[in-house]
Amino acid sequence: MAILKLTDICKDYQQGKEPVRVLKNINLTVERGEYLAIMGPSGSGKTTLMNLVGCLDVPTSGTYELDGKNLKDLNDDAMAEIRNKHIGFVFQHFHLMPKMDALDNVALPLLYAGVPLAERRERAAEALKSVGLEDRMNFLPNQLSGGQCQRVAIARAMVGKPDLLLADEPTGALDTKSGNQIMEIFRQLSNEGMTIIMITHEQSIAECADKIYHILDGELRTGDEEPEKGGGDSEEA
Amino acid sequence: MIENIRLAFQGIWSHKLRSVLTMLGIIIGIAAIITIVSTIKGTNEQIKENLIGAGNNVVTVQLNQGGYAYDMSWSSIPSGVRVITEETRQELEDISGVEKVSLYNSRSYANMVYYKNTEFSGEIYGIDENYLSVYGYQVKSGRGFTQSDYENFRKVILVDSTAVTNLFGGESPLGQSVEIQGDVFTVVGVVALSEEFAPTINSLNDYYLYADTSSGSIYMPSAVWPTAYQFDEPQNVAIKVANTDVMASAGQAAADLLTQTQIVDPDNSDFDYRSQDMLEQAQQLQSMSESTNMQLIWIAGISLLVGGIGVMNIMLVSVTERTAEIGLKKAIGAKKKRILLQFLTEAAVLTSLGGIIGVVSGIGLAQLISAMMQIPVAIDVTAILISVVFSTLIGVIFGLLPATQAANLNPIEALRRN
Ligand SMILES: Nc1ncnc2c1ncn2[C@@H]1O[C@H](COP(=O)(O)OP(=O)(O)OP(=O)(O)O)[C@@H](O)[C@H]1O
Ligand SMILES: [Mg+2]
Repeated sequence: MAILKLTDICKDYQQGKEPVRVLKNINLTVERGEYLAIMGPSGSGKTTLMNLVGCLDVPTSGTYELDGKNLKDLNDDAMAEIRNKHIGFVFQHFHLMPKMDALDNVALPLLYAGVPLAERRERAAEALKSVGLEDRMNFLPNQLSGGQCQRVAIARAMVGKPDLLLADEPTGALDTKSGNQIMEIFRQLSNEGMTIIMITHEQSIAECADKIYHILDGELRTGDEEPEKGGGDSEEA
Repeated sequence: MIENIRLAFQGIWSHKLRSVLTMLGIIIGIAAIITIVSTIKGTNEQIKENLIGAGNNVVTVQLNQGGYAYDMSWSSIPSGVRVITEETRQELEDISGVEKVSLYNSRSYANMVYYKNTEFSGEIYGIDENYLSVYGYQVKSGRGFTQSDYENFRKVILVDSTAVTNLFGGESPLGQSVEIQGDVFTVVGVVALSEEFAPTINSLNDYYLYADTSSGSIYMPSAVWPTAYQFDEPQNVAIKVANTDVMASAGQAAADLLTQTQIVDPDNSDFDYRSQDMLEQAQQLQSMSESTNMQLIWIAGISLLVGGIGVMNIMLVSVTERTAEIGLKKAIGAKKKRILLQFLTEAAVLTSLGGIIGVVSGIGLAQLISAMMQIPVAIDVTAILISVVFSTLIGVIFGLLPATQAANLNPIEALRRN
């Protein structure tokens, strides 16, 4: 069964007086274990889509099913719980807690899930190990390189064993080498069966995924279709 | 929760200067309240101690006319009032809680009393054998009255140390002659309140309280009182009771008994006996000083309000500063309540800490004032507890708005700002 099913999703933002449609009738089905990349020029609505998929935002219209469940009319706390249990986030700018060491950063989602301290520590250590940072557990974010920070962030996203990993330009703030390292981790996670949706500007990064979607002016196409407006601006931010 | 408190301390520690400045309003407010309360309490305890002494539980029952103490200095013998008999004295002693009863005559103005050419303007008493021990007087030099003084109507007197100063210029009065209402009396002893009962005069209030005895007192055996003054003067009564708790009740019982036995027609007379225990006076004085100080406490309260607003202000800034942190926490599953609690805890810890610092500086300040101005202070544990609880409460109340703002933050907006 599909882990994620978006049907006719629209998202409007109020800009001045008139509502601006940022996402237009998005239809997207993601099977469990799929690894896909979404590309698109700046302002095309990638992050907006990601926020909807990640239960950070609600669509203006359309239906959203996660693991067969229609998520509709949920309150803030119910959405928080879904994010906590089912979704792992990786952001461009890592978003680590600056005053917590790597281990505590990774353990944070488990705290919100009500996992007891000893188990939190244990699972966080395990997650850090899987991204190759077992020797950096007690480092603060400012003592880590960008690539290491992003690996901590991935460990944090994975520690709760989510159904879906969402990454919004995970390599956007990294050099090529670190970026490639991240891509290796993603590939490994995908091989282990994780469902991954990754947003990126870079063709080379997108090619790491199994499937590439393009988004243009709020419309989503699969990689096989040619974008209507041909042009370089899908390559460049 | 413990985690929240730990984090709050961490946050406060990492912004030391800001935290101290934020807490300042609370610190000042609480310190002021603690200082005021300590001073009030200290003064009150002193007043109480001065008035009732440490265990000198005496109730005076006086003849009153129309509600005022009847003073023979200015009036003639009251009509329709009997002299207290030995029998009645026995009855007074039988009242529960009463340990000892003394009957005495007195003049608040001892008219026509001279030593050489100096006129004495203090008080004069005709006392029975119990008087000195009831009030806790000790003979400092010379001797007290003996039974034979009473039996033989000896014209002897005792003086207190104030009278020694005022009448004898500080020289030893023993053996000196004093002329009282034309009769010659010999000074045989000097009395003073025994150390533990001695009042200390530290404030204006105390001064007024003891002003009427400030010219000194002269005591003669009650047996010779009629020689100097008049026969058949109704006496006043001093009752020593077992403890302060029974002062009011024993005093009232004695007053009722005396009114019934001594006044010829008690229902239609404007004379009656009224008890006047020092505890009651002390309480009156205390409530007076308390009411003035209540106003000071209100002013300190305003400082707390201002302090609370300061805390709110800083917490709002803190929420803005930590938007990204809050957004991330919400994104990875923190519920509203958790964020709310985190910020409330932080505000409460901040103000509680301010409260505790305030209490400590308040105590210090009170001690300092006490040392510098000779005002007694007493630390009030209840006031300390209330202060700390109250400052915590201020944190919760003024933290509510910033915390709600943090909890309601939209995670998308919060994450975008970076
Ligand atoms: N809160 C908002 N209010 C109004 N308009 C918004 C809001 N958020 C996004 N938009 C608009 O929606 C459009 C899509 O934004 P989005 O952030 O999804 O773009 P993106 O594809 O992620 O771009 P980038 O590659 O620069 O991150 C933009 O035109 C943006 O101005
Ligand atoms: Mg974006």
